[in-house]
Amino acid sequence: MKKFFSLILLIIIVVGMIYTIHQIPFGKNQSKIGKYFVANGKDETGAANIVTSVVVGYRSFDTLGEVTVLFLAAIGLGAILTTTKKQNHDIEKASLILNTGCRFLFPLVLLFSAYIFIHGHLSPGGGFQGGAVVASGFLLIYLACPGKRINKVGNTISESVGGLIFIILGAIGLFVGDRYFLANFLPKGELNTLFSAGIIPIIYIALGFKVGSELNSVIDKMMEES
Amino acid sequence: MDFLYNYIYYIGAFGLILIGLYILLVKHNLIKMIIGLSILETGVNLFIITLGYLDNGTAPIFSKENLESNMMVDPVPQALVLTAIVIGLAVLALALSLAIRLYDSFKTLNLKKIKEQKW
Amino acid sequence: MIIVITLLVLMMLASAITACIMKDLISAVIAACVVSLIAAVLFFLLHAPDVAMAEASIGAALVTAVFIIAIKRTKRHEE
Repeated sequence: MKKFFSLILLIIIVVGMIYTIHQIPFGKNQSKIGKYFVANGKDETGAANIVTSVVVGYRSFDTLGEVTVLFLAAIGLGAILTTTKKQNHDIEKASLILNTGCRFLFPLVLLFSAYIFIHGHLSPGGGFQGGAVVASGFLLIYLACPGKRINKVGNTISESVGGLIFIILGAIGLFVGDRYFLANFLPKGELNTLFSAGIIPIIYIALGFKVGSELNSVIDKMMEES
Repeated sequence: MDFLYNYIYYIGAFGLILIGLYILLVKHNLIKMIIGLSILETGVNLFIITLGYLDNGTAPIFSKENLESNMMVDPVPQALVLTAIVIGLAVLALALSLAIRLYDSFKTLNLKKIKEQKW
Repeated sequence: MIIVITLLVLMMLASAITACIMKDLISAVIAACVVSLIAAVLFFLLHAPDVAMAEASIGAALVTAVFIIAIKRTKRHEE
């Protein structure tokens, strides 16, 4: 009976979707704001990657809100999962090949993630992707060496410093140059070089540290007593 | 062929959305419902990216000098989806931690059995 | 090209249906991981390389790991 009603509901949704899709032609871009960003983005922000200039240039206040949501989700997870009782399981050690291979791969993964978030304004990539790659590197160590834990104080410090740099750079923009929150007050430089686009690379590196340590703490809290 | 070219991405996106909704409506297991939520989220992201596509366009990156700006795909949906994916992981982990706590106190993940028990 | 895209979309929908009907939760999670991986390829074909990177590293690696940790702390089979 429940399946029957849910199928009827899904059929109603399908009819509505087909009607909607007919109004949207595929492959014909109609948004005016997107055309404006593509035409003027590289002159106004100095970043070669237009997605970066939208994420940390035009809409950086929105990105600050997203990072806050991430922070609140991590805090809520810690509040739900923290218990006082500790149970100790017997830890089975991983094999030598897995252990050595993962410890060999770990610095390479961190190096690759640093490359991703330093070059975020020139090529595909940036703070969010780099942070995810950092978290997957730490996940590798968690899986290969059971019993090893991250340094929680260091993790919290890197997270807080990342968030603070973001807000302090935004607040400096209130007093220098164009005088609005998160204004780009540094010189733009030459297009397609590493030192260009003003404060955008600095904010993206700070975001990389913040997202990486945030996802690390999520994984650490979930693995704590399993 | 023409029909396929125009509608194949929409079919994929809406197929994922429908399968995710079906799992959420019919299944009783909590972790299965969260899997459905993640499939639904992937479908919505695919739909938003498809809206910004341009025929014979290029990615919105000025990696060479001779790229024309009026042949680039729309960057705004990509920026929205980029942050939505990262937020999605944190929210998913929060939902899973709630499921773990429910299992600790009720010893089952089935929503029907949880409703029958006394609080 | 269009045939390759059609095959990818059909494979993606098939693995989503597999995730729906599997009773073993770990198999369902792996099927959902395949959905994310093929979606990343589709994002790349739609000229969105930034989103493809994020989806490949988060959707295929971290989401699967978080699910498997949660399944290890609860129950493996759906009843």
